[in-house]
Amino acid sequence: MTMPLTLGGSAERPAELLGLRRWLTATNHKDIGTLYLCFSLTLFIVGGLMALTIRAELFQPGLQIVRPEFFNQLTTMHGLIMVFGSVMPAFVGFANWQIPLMIGAPDMAFPRLNNFSFWLLPPAAILLVASFFAPGGAAGTGWTIYPPLSVQMGPGMDMAIFAIHLLGVSSIVGSINIVTTILNMRAPGMTLMKMPLFVWTWLVTAYLIIAVMPVLAGAVTMLLTDRHFDTHFFNAAGGGDPVLFQHIFWFFGHPEVYILILPAFGIISEIIPTFARKPLFGYRSMVFATCAIGLVSALVWGHHMFTVGMPVAGQLFFMYATLLVAIPTGVKVFNWTATMWEGSLTFEAPMLFATGFLFVFVVGGLTGVILALTPVDIQLQDTYYVVGHFHYTMVAGSLFALFAGTYYWLPKWTGHMYDETLGRWHFWLSMIFFNLTFFPMHFLGLAGMPRRIPDYPMQFANFNMISTIGAFGFGITQLLLVYIVVKCVRGGKAASAQVWDGAKGLEWTVSSPAPHHTFETPPAIT
Amino acid sequence: MRRELARAATMASLAPSGLAIANGEATFGFQTPQTIIAHQIYDLHAIILGICIAIAVVVFGFMFYAIVRHRRAVGHQAKQFHSNTPVEILWTVIPCLIVAGMAYPATHTVIAMKDTSSPDMTIKVTGYQWKWRYEYLGEDVSFFSDLSTPRDQIENQARKGENYLLEVDHPLVVPVGKKVRILVTANDVIHSWWVPAFGVKQDAIPGFVRDSWFKVDTPGVYRGQCAELCGKEHGFMPIVVEALPEDQYKAWLTERQGKNKAASAVASAAAGKAYSLEELKTQGEKVYGANCVACHQAGGQGVPGAFPALAHGAITTGAIASHVDIVLNGSKKNPAMSAWKAQLSDLDIAAVITYERNAFGNAMGDMVQPSAIAAARK
Repeated sequence: MTMPLTLGGSAERPAELLGLRRWLTATNHKDIGTLYLCFSLTLFIVGGLMALTIRAELFQPGLQIVRPEFFNQLTTMHGLIMVFGSVMPAFVGFANWQIPLMIGAPDMAFPRLNNFSFWLLPPAAILLVASFFAPGGAAGTGWTIYPPLSVQMGPGMDMAIFAIHLLGVSSIVGSINIVTTILNMRAPGMTLMKMPLFVWTWLVTAYLIIAVMPVLAGAVTMLLTDRHFDTHFFNAAGGGDPVLFQHIFWFFGHPEVYILILPAFGIISEIIPTFARKPLFGYRSMVFATCAIGLVSALVWGHHMFTVGMPVAGQLFFMYATLLVAIPTGVKVFNWTATMWEGSLTFEAPMLFATGFLFVFVVGGLTGVILALTPVDIQLQDTYYVVGHFHYTMVAGSLFALFAGTYYWLPKWTGHMYDETLGRWHFWLSMIFFNLTFFPMHFLGLAGMPRRIPDYPMQFANFNMISTIGAFGFGITQLLLVYIVVKCVRGGKAASAQVWDGAKGLEWTVSSPAPHHTFETPPAIT
Repeated sequence: MRRELARAATMASLAPSGLAIANGEATFGFQTPQTIIAHQIYDLHAIILGICIAIAVVVFGFMFYAIVRHRRAVGHQAKQFHSNTPVEILWTVIPCLIVAGMAYPATHTVIAMKDTSSPDMTIKVTGYQWKWRYEYLGEDVSFFSDLSTPRDQIENQARKGENYLLEVDHPLVVPVGKKVRILVTANDVIHSWWVPAFGVKQDAIPGFVRDSWFKVDTPGVYRGQCAELCGKEHGFMPIVVEALPEDQYKAWLTERQGKNKAASAVASAAAGKAYSLEELKTQGEKVYGANCVACHQAGGQGVPGAFPALAHGAITTGAIASHVDIVLNGSKKNPAMSAWKAQLSDLDIAAVITYERNAFGNAMGDMVQPSAIAAARK
């Protein structure tokens, strides 16, 4: 894949590199953004195939396709690959492409560190996928890898731990890069309160990553030493406690879900004003809400552990804190709605997905409020209700926002308009099949179906069958996305610099496709 | 006999409701609550769901209206307002009040769920890979509760029964209307004891004991499943609780205590007895089918890389002492191979070892007597 040579290369590098060397030694934020996005799309397909295998087994009661131990491996790897291999790299890809463009900077603060951040990912992905072929297969513990079960696992667990370390380092140094870039390289005149909201959400996300990824690294390292070096952090017989792992893991794990959604909030906050032809409602409170979510998210981890037997005071604290974090999220939803209100709306593909996001994310958020109530959570913990909840927030939430952002910025990145008709098909099919797949899961959880089981009692049969049909529809629909993206990269109607008539921001002041080097002199900010 | 008929009659009267769910019929809400806590949870959920639906209707209402009326296609011009502090304060404060309103009744239920004081009886529940063990403290009654759905139903060789994956050989039996405190722990990895109709879910953590409680309102059979991923058979270790009127419960308890005495008498008698090869192999095949087949498979072929083959296996065709050791004490190398000494009797262990050494194409021709197992335990 070659992009056209551009004028304006700096004096030290003669012409732009072509071919493999360009990508292996990339230091340009646009190239690295592209690398992240291609990597993310590839692993999205890998993780998706695992999900379809899971759903195929769950189509009917009985064991038809896979053995239970392999089923557990699939559930685990589907989670790890989607979270760490697809959604997070996708948002980092967006960050790389958009942050320098949006703040008027020529590139990221540390271009070579940027390259390193990306190239840690393919070895990590290979480790994860290869772990299926280790003796005993991949880890079969769920993405949460609780001991003592994870201590029982074979070498596939160690490969996953090593992969998690690589992914963690990549995220941490990437986030350091992002924070430094945002704080130091804004064009003169662009104060923090003039930054696009997408940049704000990434600033908070990057701080969260720096705060909590090392905690995950600690947790998996302690697991590694419990497995091989005779420590007993999580083993009662040696004076340790399995629940200690859960505390450490979820101290990372809960902020992690906000890491997965805050950049999505940022993307939606860019798109809705453009297609409403109105400024974002309540910019200041959106910034406050983002920071509040970031801060409070570190205080709620215990709501993943309501059934471990915490004292009453613990249960109550985490219930109250979890209910609290719902408030700023609700405020954001109201602000987006108010942005649409009295606008002059059009519904091209980015706006279709942004509006769709609003509808389905609200469902996911509300089931989160229901789960926040400890007594109710005790019935629903470890059931399909939770699976429904987090797929609504992470698929309808993060993924739809990523789709929206892709359609929104593809013309800027490639210089071509994507096929609008196909984009609409992608949207409607995704919405219908997504809801068909995941809405029944709420009923399954309420009715009593546990998570992470390859076979189930008869009363759960109907909803499982519906969910599987939806899943296959949703999966096949995503092939359409791949086709749309590839088609757009290769050609299409020429895109102007402005692309969308309501769009505001520095990225729309440069030509489409954005020149390889932009803002080598800082722009004037009005 | 009369007691058993009475129990059967109680169970039969509950069959219709069991059938209703067992026909694959979709249900949309929680199972019918059978304890006061489950009732509170049910009501709490109903209220919060109502509030959430109301919020959704309002928010979606505004969105829909804007989508339909505020479009450029119908000529609507955009108004350029972008802040309104009073409105923002309002829609921050109102959710705060709603949330506080929900937290209040929920707090009461949290405190009630934790109050395990003054129980009428206590049962120790231990999660194993992959079954439950129930010990009635102070009553000298203790047994394992294992999935009783036949393997061929799971493998689609036979029609699935009404309580597919929700039936066990020895259910937990409790009296109705009495506060039952459960002490929950685990033998190996984290499990979770969950009966949806009771509103009880307590993680079973190895090395720690946590408690919970329930008081069942109505006689009946209540079913639940393990609620924490615990390995390959996580979906196959259900919980079945039979709640009986108090007199029937007492009768069951006495009968059980009697059975225990009889069983230990049989075991002591068996200790001295010498069994024939055929007797051991027949019994061993039954034990294998109930305990070993899930991992080592019906033909003893195991699962390469995960569960060793017993057919022509090193241990099953090697020295008897190591074979006895691994079945009694489990495997240090592969913790998934549990120590069966607590779960199976001398006779059963001797029988299954004998069976394994003479089946799957193994033809060792040797056997192990229960007395040898008893000796090996020391």
